[in-house]
Parts: sequence; C-alpha cells; structure tokens
Amino acid sequence: MSAPIIEFKNVKKCFGDTVIFSDFNFKVEENEIVSIIGPSGSGKSTLLRILMTLEGIDGGYINVAGESLWHMPWQGQYVPANSKHLHKMRNHLGMVFQHFNLFPHMTVKRNITEAPMRVKGVSRQDAEELAEKLLALVGLADKADSYPNDLSGGQKQRVGIARALAMKPSILLLDEITSALDPELVDEVLDVIRNLVKEESFTMLLVTHEMYFAREISDRVCFFDKGAIVEEGEPEIIFTAPKEERTKAFLNAYIGQS
Amino acid sequence: MEFGEIVSVLLQGAIVTIKIVAMALPLATIMAFVFGLVRLYAPAPFKQVAIVYIEFFRGTSALIQLYWIYFVLPFFGITIDAMTAAVVALGLNIGSYGTEVVRGAIQAVPKGQYEASVALNFTASQRLWRVIMPQALVNMIPPFGNLAIELVKATSLVSLITIGDLTFKAKSLADTTLQVGEIFGVVLVFYFVMAQVLMLFIKRLEKYLSKGLGRGGFSS
Amino acid sequence: MNGFDWDWAFTWDVLPMILSAAKVTLLATLLGSIFAIIMGLVFALLRRSKSRLTRTSVYWIVEFIRSTPLLVQIFFLYYVMPEFGISMSPLATGVFALGLHYGAYLSEVFRSGIDGIEKGQWEASRALNLSIIDTYRDIVLPQAIRPMIPATGNYIIAMFKETPQLSAITLLEMLQMAKIIGSENFRYLEPFTLVGLLYLVFSIVAAYGIYQIEKRFPKEGFSLK
Ligand SMILES: Nc1ncnc2c1ncn2[C@@H]1O[C@H](COP(=O)(O)OP(=O)(O)OP(=O)(O)O)[C@@H](O)[C@H]1O
Ligand SMILES: [Mg+2]
Repeated sequence: MSAPIIEFKNVKKCFGDTVIFSDFNFKVEENEIVSIIGPSGSGKSTLLRILMTLEGIDGGYINVAGESLWHMPWQGQYVPANSKHLHKMRNHLGMVFQHFNLFPHMTVKRNITEAPMRVKGVSRQDAEELAEKLLALVGLADKADSYPNDLSGGQKQRVGIARALAMKPSILLLDEITSALDPELVDEVLDVIRNLVKEESFTMLLVTHEMYFAREISDRVCFFDKGAIVEEGEPEIIFTAPKEERTKAFLNAYIGQS
Repeated sequence: MEFGEIVSVLLQGAIVTIKIVAMALPLATIMAFVFGLVRLYAPAPFKQVAIVYIEFFRGTSALIQLYWIYFVLPFFGITIDAMTAAVVALGLNIGSYGTEVVRGAIQAVPKGQYEASVALNFTASQRLWRVIMPQALVNMIPPFGNLAIELVKATSLVSLITIGDLTFKAKSLADTTLQVGEIFGVVLVFYFVMAQVLMLFIKRLEKYLSKGLGRGGFSS
Repeated sequence: MNGFDWDWAFTWDVLPMILSAAKVTLLATLLGSIFAIIMGLVFALLRRSKSRLTRTSVYWIVEFIRSTPLLVQIFFLYYVMPEFGISMSPLATGVFALGLHYGAYLSEVFRSGIDGIEKGQWEASRALNLSIIDTYRDIVLPQAIRPMIPATGNYIIAMFKETPQLSAITLLEMLQMAKIIGSENFRYLEPFTLVGLLYLVFSIVAAYGIYQIEKRFPKEGFSLK
C-alpha cells in the first residue's frame, strides 16, 4: 500500500489556553473520501483549516503528499515552514468554504480564472476555457459575467466549487459547504459533488451535517468529539451499528431532528 | 467697497485655498497609504516609526505643526517658503488621520476574503492588491471624503503664516474696510460651497463604485 | 545654525510662562466643552422637533457650522459681534466659537445616541404615561449616555487641540505665549516644541481619562435623580 496522502502525527493545537487537539493522529489515503461528523466546537473546521495553512500547529507533524506541511528541511533539521514552502504545499490543496467567500468585486468568470492566471501562470485563454468547462460542470454556464452578489446561495457555492477546482488540487477540503444554504438549495450543491466524484477520483475531506450525504459518498466516516476521533469506519457501519455511546447519542439526536 | 469688489478679492483668495488643497490632498493620501500599510504589515522598526508619526501628528494640532515647520525648521538650517510649509504641514496632519482610515477599511474587509485568497495560493502581495485593497478602497471613500473636508477647513490656518488664502484675504479686507459682516459671511459661504461640492463628488463616486462597474469593489 | 542644539537653560526659563498660559488653554477647553454639550443637546433635540421646518433648518445650520473652518468662525464672531453692539473678550469669543463648532459635531453624537434607544423604551414610557421630560430624564438619557462617552470625549480632545487657533484673536493661551517668547528671543525651537509636547501629553492623559470614565460608568445606566 502506498503512503497516505495526508498524515497527522501527534499534532497539538491550542487557541490561547483552549486545547483543541492534544495528541492527534489521523491518516487519509490517496483518492479516499472521508467525512467528518461531530458536535459543534469539536475541532472539525480547525482540522481543515490547519491543512489549508489557515491555522498553524503547536506541536507534532503533518505530512501532505509525502512532504511535511508545516515544517521544512533545513541543514539536516526540520524547521518551521517559510512562506515559500507553504506556497509550494498549498498547490496540493483546495478548499470550499461554508460562507463561499467569493470575491465580490470580480465577475464569476474572473473569480475562477484569477488564481490559475496569477498563481500558476496559465494563459488567459486557457484559464477562460477551463472556467467555461467548470461552469458547465456546475450548471452555471450562463452566469459567467454575473457578479457574486447577484447569485443565489446555491449558485454562489457552485461557483465556490468551480473556483477551487480550477486550481486542480489533488486534495479537496469542504467545510460545511451547505450549512449556509436554504434547505431547498442544498441538493443542487451536493449534486455537483456527486457528479464530480463519479467522473474523477479525488482525495476529499469533508465536514458535513448532511448525514445521508456523508453516508452515500464517503469511503470512511469519522466521528469527532472534543478534538479526537471517537469512532471511524465504513459509513454503513457507523450509521447503522455504531459501537461508541457518544456516537449513538450524536446520531440519535440527528435522527430525532429529521 | 462694493460688494462685487469684495467678492473678486475673496475669489483670488479662494483660488489659493484650492491650490493648497490640490497639493496637500495627494500628499495626505500618499502618507495615509504608506504609513497605514506600514503600520499594518511592516516588521518592527518600521512599524514603530509609523506609530510615532501617527501619534505625534494626531496628538498635537495642525496649527502647532504648521508653526513648527515654518518657524523652527529654519533653526535646523532647513528654510522653506510658507507655501511649502503649509502643504507639508497639512498633508502630514491629514495624512496621519488617513492612516487610520486605510487601516480600518482594510480590517473591515471580511476575513473570509483573506482566507479564500490563501486557499487559492495567492502571494501576500496579490492577496493585498488584488483581493483586499479593491474592496477596502470602497470602504475608504466616505471617511476620506470627511478628511478632505477637514483639509479644506484646515487650510484657513495658513493665513496665520501670511499666505494670501481665502481667510487671509478676508481678514485683511476686514481690517481695512468696515464691512465685516458681508466679508465673513461671503467667506463662510465660500467654504461651505467648497465642502458641499466635495461631498457631492464623493457621494457620486461612492454610488458609482458600489452600483456600477465594480459591485463592492474596484475591478482592475 | 545657531539653534541646532537644544538650550536647556532657555527651556527652564520659558516653561513656567508656557505652563501659566496652559491654564488659559484648559479654561477655554473646559468652558468650551460645557457650552458645546449644551449646544449639542439643543441641536439634537431640535432635530427631533415635530416641525419639519425646524428639523430642516437645524440640519443645515449644523451642516454649515461643521463644514466651515473654526478659524473663520472665530474671526466672524470677533469682528461681527461688536457690529451688533455685543463686545466680548477674546476668551468669551473663543469659548463661544468652540462651543458652537463642537456643539454641531456633538449634536450628531447625541442624535445617534438617542436614536440608539430601542423603540420599545419609548413605547413603554408612553404606556406608563410619563411626560416627555420624564421620559428623557428617567428613561432615555440614563441609557444613552454611556455609549456616547467615547465619541464625546474624542470631540472634546479635538476641541482642546484646536484651542491654539484662539491665538489669532490674541488670546494668551499656550501657542500665543510661545510665539511671543519666540519672537522676543529669536528662538522658536524650545517654546514651540514644548507647546507641542504639552499638547501631546495632555491629549494622551485625557484619552486615558475618558477610557476610565467609560469603563467605570455603570453599564445598566443610572438614575438622574
Ligand atoms: N481563531 C480562534 N480563536 C480562538 N478559539 C477558536 C478559534 N477558532 C476556533 N476556536 C475554538 O476552537 C474550537 C473548535 O472550533 P472549530 O471551528 O474547529 O469547531 P467545529 O467542529 O468546526 O464546530 P462547528 O460545527 O460549529 O463548525 C471551538 O471551541 C472554537 O470556539
Ligand atoms: Mg466548523
């Protein structure tokens, strides 16, 4: 078996005095789709944000695609990564945000082409072709020249997905991408992800509260609580026969709601 | 003196006032951006220099700064003419307030914009100039507008170092004629009109930027 | 290049004179603040008047005062008031001008402070049959004051920093004193620098004072009785 594409080793993360992860270990294999579920404040977003280099770590190591994410080798030792190293490592990763975070001053097309052109040096023509292809994929071919503020939440999020895909990341991080949407708009966004994984293989790490979606799409589901994985396994097993009391309680609360 | 004559003398002064505004405003803008950005992003020694500049110019008053530059600098062997002293003093003074406008506007851009630009792997300068600044500029327009009006008002201080601006002309007319009510009335109206014209221009600009091309930012 | 070095002996000579003029500066600021707060309240309440004409004219008066220079307003009062047979000392003229100018600014602070009170509070006062004066005194102002402290304080500091303009009508405050000392001794470096530093120190102390007042002020408001 090849080495995992993501690996957390004894990772520690604090916000001031609050310890989020004290000794966290976690692996994701290449082309694996992993869903993370768990109560609010358990550290799910923090996990993704650390991978996206939006948050640093206070101890331990993280490897992404065989290289250390937050450290780099220097004179035979590992030292904290500099911005050049982080820039290189970010090429592996892409993220879609709960609140979309589209650039309001750019058209939809420009939102998608800007990073490939400026960061990767793709020609305008190629970037625009790619943008058109991606917009067709997310069903928004006719919105290329609109501004984000003129789109519905579901449309915004589909642009958010297209924007992340345009950088061709090998790992896609999705943080509650449907939580900010009205219920009737949730499926149009999830359908995009469904189609995506049908056509191509991705390593995907998603935090979600849509249990049915986690169940159908994931290779593995991790139940998170208080900065640790309480239970993980195949979705069928986690959702139908969880072993841990805390998992049962959490899932029951969800079933009770819907 | 005839009313028409008074107005024409005052108009000459108004032109000087406008000239000073036209020179001090760009200086203030440059200072605001340079020191605002230094204060936000530069490493230690530069940041401290910016803080000293900002606190010093905001903590003392424009008139003292003007006098200091005009009367004290010659003691250091730097002699500058009144006009330069006026532009420098007012530009630095308004600029120090402008740094806070720049800083506040940048900090008011939602954090998600920064995060998205990190996730898309933009470099630090691309993040600032392509993502954050275009949105911050829109936030800056109303407070910069207010500062521009403060600048117009502050130009009246230059009359105290013998520059023939609107206030200076008014005062010398008042000293030689007895029509003080008319003179100062007209002068106040002049300043008021200048401020209103500026305001109108700013409102237009703001409307254009938020509704027109850019929707929430300058597009480049 | 005669003044390149700082002359400490001269500094100690002039410091007491400048400090004595500081009393005038502080007095002008204090009286100006009181007058400005009164004017600010008057403007703010008139802006809430039932008569539309009153509201609009007060709006334009405030706008006019705010967008014209303080120095010209000082001159206006100094030269024009005697025309109407009212002659005032430089200090009184200065206080009047400062109060009017900053009253216009403060009226906006007070207005938004009063607007910040929830509609329910007015309605409850109405329901309890409180008179309009009782409503302001017992219900609105006690809640509105705390949020208005920082902005009010900042304007008072701003006013303090503009008091040097009163030197233009010969009021012997700090800057005027420094100017006289400077021209008599042909040395401006020490007096002007001292005045600048004193302003800096006073405004830092005042800013800290305002912060303390805001911090200590009861969060739930207080009773004005
Ligand atoms: N920047 C920060 N500063 C301080 N504390 C933070 C910060 N970000 C997150 N936290 C805290 O860390 C804990 C974990 O946060 P995180 O956002 O990872 O939770 P989550 O599992 O994603 O929850 P949710 O389901 O509500 O999104 C929370 O208690 C949160 O308050
Ligand atoms: Mg979260």
